[in-house]
Amino acid sequence: MDGPLVEVRGLTKEYRRGDEVVPVLAGLDLSIARGDYVALMGPSGSGKSTLLNLLGGLDQPTAGEIRIDGVSIGELGSNELAAWRARSVGFIFQMYNLLPVLTAEQNVELPLLLTSLSKPERLARARAALALVGLSDRARHRPRELSGGQEQRVGIARAIVTDPLLLLCDEPTGDLDRKAGDAVLDLFDALNREAGKTIVMVTHDPRAAARARRILHLEKGVLAREEG
Amino acid sequence: MAVAPFALLPLLGGSLRRHRLRLAFTIASILIAFLLFGLLAAVRNALTAGVEVAGQDRLITTNKVSIIQGMPRAYFTRIGSLAAVRRSASLNWFGGIYQDPHVQLVVFAVSDAYFDIYRDLQLGPAGLATWRADRTGAIVGDGIAKRYGWKVGDTVPMKSNIYRRKDGAGAWPVKITAIYHSENQDPNTVFLHYAYYNETVTFGVDSVGWVISQLKDPTTVETTSRAVDAMFANSRTETKTSTEKAVAQSFANQIGNIGAILTFVVSAVFFAMLLVTANTMAQSVRERTPELAVLKTLGFTDNAVLTLVLAESLLVTLVGGVLGLGTATLATAALGASLKSFLPFFQIPPLAYLQAALYVLALGVAAGVVPAVAAMRLQIVTALRTS
Ligand SMILES: Nc1ncnc2c1ncn2[C@@H]1O[C@H](COP(=O)(O)OP(=O)(O)OP(=O)(O)O)[C@@H](O)[C@H]1O
Ligand SMILES: [Mg+2]
Repeated sequence: MDGPLVEVRGLTKEYRRGDEVVPVLAGLDLSIARGDYVALMGPSGSGKSTLLNLLGGLDQPTAGEIRIDGVSIGELGSNELAAWRARSVGFIFQMYNLLPVLTAEQNVELPLLLTSLSKPERLARARAALALVGLSDRARHRPRELSGGQEQRVGIARAIVTDPLLLLCDEPTGDLDRKAGDAVLDLFDALNREAGKTIVMVTHDPRAAARARRILHLEKGVLAREEG
Repeated sequence: MAVAPFALLPLLGGSLRRHRLRLAFTIASILIAFLLFGLLAAVRNALTAGVEVAGQDRLITTNKVSIIQGMPRAYFTRIGSLAAVRRSASLNWFGGIYQDPHVQLVVFAVSDAYFDIYRDLQLGPAGLATWRADRTGAIVGDGIAKRYGWKVGDTVPMKSNIYRRKDGAGAWPVKITAIYHSENQDPNTVFLHYAYYNETVTFGVDSVGWVISQLKDPTTVETTSRAVDAMFANSRTETKTSTEKAVAQSFANQIGNIGAILTFVVSAVFFAMLLVTANTMAQSVRERTPELAVLKTLGFTDNAVLTLVLAESLLVTLVGGVLGLGTATLATAALGASLKSFLPFFQIPPLAYLQAALYVLALGVAAGVVPAVAAMRLQIVTALRTS
């Protein structure tokens, strides 16, 4: 399909706390091309996570439209939205959010449980994804037996195992030291350049942002300026 | 896209495994509840089995004041001569003792017609005739025969803890003339001749304990039982006549009061168990709030998450229920062997297993429904933010 992968028009998000209205996003427009790699920066509390969650269909906007690959996700019902998420988006969190009782391999296999793949097919894919992030030898380890950097790489394997169009990453290196963070960023580079994945990454770290093709700055509810 | 339920299998018990001790306590409490339930069901079964096999067309007459005192033997003849009565038989409690004075056997002295009334005691072709021909003859159940190794033709010394012999001998030599088998009657009873008993005892001569009457027409039970009692009204020994079923029922009802208390106890245990399980499930869901949010992020639907939590709850009650009822089954089998002479039907009836299965289901759902709905309603963003 042609056209940008992500198209956002007039996106508004307000939180209500009693009578008080907290405006976070105020009529934001955004367009992200296929194969792009976007870093999203901005002060704490500026709404970066909010925007990312809206893009991934985890939360509903107060107003505005989000089209991803031609699908207006605001029009999907809750089950359709869940199915769309399983197919189209991979999430990578700052705190990894692996399931502690499952092994690395089982964590990566998790999203495939929602597909019609057989158990051997699922395992083969999960192993391939783990190999891609360089953790073949840690497949049977549980999260608490892994370092933070390794946990995050398992998180990346889990996000890409379904081969989604879009990777959404919320401060993926925020909790890692420089070396582990660089390994993660190297992976994003490869996923973007070699596998053609479209990536949106929230970050506070200018060094990390510099690896992206574009850097967007969120301020006062809209995109203030752009570098890249 | 619907999630096939089996797709959730790898996730089942994830939280449960994390707190093994808590899980063990929860399962133990469920186990105990179902163990109690199984044992109670077996006790019930043992105590009410008599009601099921009791005949509708049989009347039982006893001394109105006390069954221990008995009635004059003439009553037996007079009841038997009533037009509505096909045949009647008398029974006397003998207080049988064999070898071990601490073991009370069920021994009755009966008149000949007894076995014409209770045809479900299978005696074999010549059994009845052989017994009738032998004054000291006894008909014994296959259960007690097996227990003491009695064979047809053996003569065994039977004692009584009530009666003495006129001639001063310590025991009644009793010849085993037939062994009966029955699907629904107690297999451990011994039957002696009334005549043998009556002519040897030192007291209670010419009295009978029970008169069993088989009616020509079962619809006349009410009128006949009144007619019998009217016959002996205002005499020195008045009688009380009821259907065999009513007697069995009133015995069962007395036990039933104990049963009601037991039921209450078991209900209380079940309720406590429900609270324990519900608490375990609620805690496990609360602890896993971020994980459930992650599952939803990955595309698991609200319903899938609901199913997951309910399935976990059911798994816990199922494991506890199977272990509890399994233990109860083994325990009744073990206890049943030693209780056989008193409670031949001490076993868990099939219906109780079905009932237990329903309880497992109901308790699993009841314990899981609140946390499951909470998990279903969980907002991803809120849940991830609080993690
Ligand atoms: N559920 C909510 N209820 C009320 N206010 C909220 C809620 N979620 C977010 N906010 C507010 O929205 C604003 C944006 O939050 P958001 O998490 O998107 O910021 P952020 O840019 O990701 O910040 P950080 O860099 O610290 O992660 C904040 O002021 C926050 O307090
Ligand atoms: Mg944030």
